[in-house]
Amino acid sequence: MQHSKTQDTLVGMFVAVGIAALFYMALQISNLGSYSNGDSYTVSARFQNSGGLKIKSPVSLAGVKIGRVSSITLDKSSHEAVVEMRIDSQYDNLPDDSSASIYTAGLLGEQYISIDPGSSEDYLKDKSRLDITSSAIVLEEMIGKFMMNKAEGK
Amino acid sequence: MLEFLELLGKTARGSFAKLGRATFFLMHVLAGIREVLPRPNLLNKQLYSVGVLSFLIIAISGLFVGMVLGLQGYYILSDFGADESLGLMVAASLVRELGPVVSALLFAGRAGSALTAEIGLMKATEQLSGMEMMAVDPINRIITPRFLAGLISTPLLAAIFSSIGVMGGHLVGVGMLGVDDGAFWAQMQNGIDFNEDIINGVIKSVVFGFVVSWIALFEGYDSVPTSEGVSRATTRTVVNSAFSILGLDFILTALMFGDI
Amino acid sequence: MPTSASSTNHIVSVENLSFSRGTRKIFDDVSLNIPRGKVTAIMGPSGTGKTTLLKLIGGQLYPNAGRILVDGQNVHQLKTRELYNLRKRMGMLFQSGALLTDMNVYDNVAFPLREHTHLPESMIRTLVLMKLQAVGLRGAHQLMPNELSGGMARRVALARAIALDPMMIMYDEPFTGQDPISMGALVHLIKSLNTTLGLTSIIVSHDVHETAAIADYIYVLSEGRIVGQGTPQQLASSDSAWVQQFMNGDADGPVHFHYPARDYLDDLLTAK
Repeated sequence: MQHSKTQDTLVGMFVAVGIAALFYMALQISNLGSYSNGDSYTVSARFQNSGGLKIKSPVSLAGVKIGRVSSITLDKSSHEAVVEMRIDSQYDNLPDDSSASIYTAGLLGEQYISIDPGSSEDYLKDKSRLDITSSAIVLEEMIGKFMMNKAEGK
Repeated sequence: MLEFLELLGKTARGSFAKLGRATFFLMHVLAGIREVLPRPNLLNKQLYSVGVLSFLIIAISGLFVGMVLGLQGYYILSDFGADESLGLMVAASLVRELGPVVSALLFAGRAGSALTAEIGLMKATEQLSGMEMMAVDPINRIITPRFLAGLISTPLLAAIFSSIGVMGGHLVGVGMLGVDDGAFWAQMQNGIDFNEDIINGVIKSVVFGFVVSWIALFEGYDSVPTSEGVSRATTRTVVNSAFSILGLDFILTALMFGDI
Repeated sequence: MPTSASSTNHIVSVENLSFSRGTRKIFDDVSLNIPRGKVTAIMGPSGTGKTTLLKLIGGQLYPNAGRILVDGQNVHQLKTRELYNLRKRMGMLFQSGALLTDMNVYDNVAFPLREHTHLPESMIRTLVLMKLQAVGLRGAHQLMPNELSGGMARRVALARAIALDPMMIMYDEPFTGQDPISMGALVHLIKSLNTTLGLTSIIVSHDVHETAAIADYIYVLSEGRIVGQGTPQQLASSDSAWVQQFMNGDADGPVHFHYPARDYLDDLLTAK
């Protein structure tokens, strides 16, 4: 078959650009690029209410993302949410008396766990537990309380 | 009334017959794949006319769609003080919906119509018949390489569309409207899941590519071999492709993201 | 040339063939034989299904009744692979030429060789140039089909049809719409190819003089039946009025000039 070299080159370039775009989507647009490959340790925390927290919600310290939520389960005896999170192993010097709170990014944004570092000399290790937690703030509850207070105050 | 029913019955019978022909056609096309794979030259030629020649329209459309998304998204999101989510909004719209759908629609208009016209004219000028008499199966030799090229090109084109779209959104959002660069990407990467969004988007575009190529090639192959017949077949390709893409998009979205 | 044991000196035998399109009967119990090594013409007015007959012989259409034997094999009972193998030994020249428009003349002629043989490119080149030389178009090998005149396109198609050295070639209206010079060239080509390559030729045509000049035997078809047959000389002196009208091209005769209609005067005078 008579075929032109330029045509083959262009087809090759097209396929290469297409595959590059797929990689771009995977690494730059989606969360695949920010997956740390196994080098992490797991800590858990118990919350009265985990609110809108989801698996893969970010875990941050001082606004810097240091890990992700890996599982959310219910402790049947205490009726608390047990949230496990994987922390990047490069952040291996978190004091073991740090506290975890669930916050919302912006008014309508995603919920995330914020770690507030304590002052202990001992650091969190794999399978450690964060004892000091504060639950998610549920907007309806707050509005409800606010309305009640208003009504009572009148 | 009776006439109406008769017409309805006739139409239904015609549609079923066509669907049957289209199914046999597809089986024949798929069976031809093993004849085509050992001959990459056949495929290359079609990848050029189907894929490479669609690149420019896809890239330019992607850029503008992304820029418009950046602009409109910013106006809406900044009302809620959520303009940092702009990256997420642009990327989610592109990766989940606009990338696969718009690129498939453009593909149907650019490459699908050309395929129908080409096959239809080959039929009208007895090239397909002539090939048969030369003991060469025209479906294996002519149709299957084009089908494969369509199937390979669409996901690549959709990925190119989405990627360039995100860049366009970034250009407008970060470059012109002053959204924070870090927040733009961070929100996007937090919100877009690889398995759920990217893979599903790619699956969508593969399905669209399959359906558009099938429709385009079948309409050409099944066309009445006159200039009017070919022109009608070309129109049908674009119309039916658009319906199929949008209808299938709803079904796929419901299956992938929804709880219906 | 491969011949099966059952084949006689007839390369194609059409036996009691009936074929209809929709409600229209195209062939009604037609039988004819094509002798090996000869030029046989099938003639008749436009619309009598001459092209359809070629497609039936080539196995592209299926008859409603009757059978067609090509080189001793029943075309319509062959499996796809066997039919394709048989078609490799039949060349067909379409009215339009049916050249592949996305390749140049050289690649068009090389097409069947590349599809069906594993010959090295150098040998294909030799063969292609030989075939093109035979039709006098070796110099045009790098032209694209849309750069060819109708007559040249047909000659290229002929070169392509003989590329695989078939046992027979079917010509579908080879003379239609040709200027006298290309017509003459084609007439000469068909005749000389038939003798030099030892082919069998089947010509479907309604060009009486050109066909009569090269045909060894002629069948005349009309309205789904054979209405006359014989050598050109026999037909010229046929006592059938119909054959006489066809061979001489008279405007009126058994086939009327006017399409069947109501009485002329009636039609004009009826106010509607």
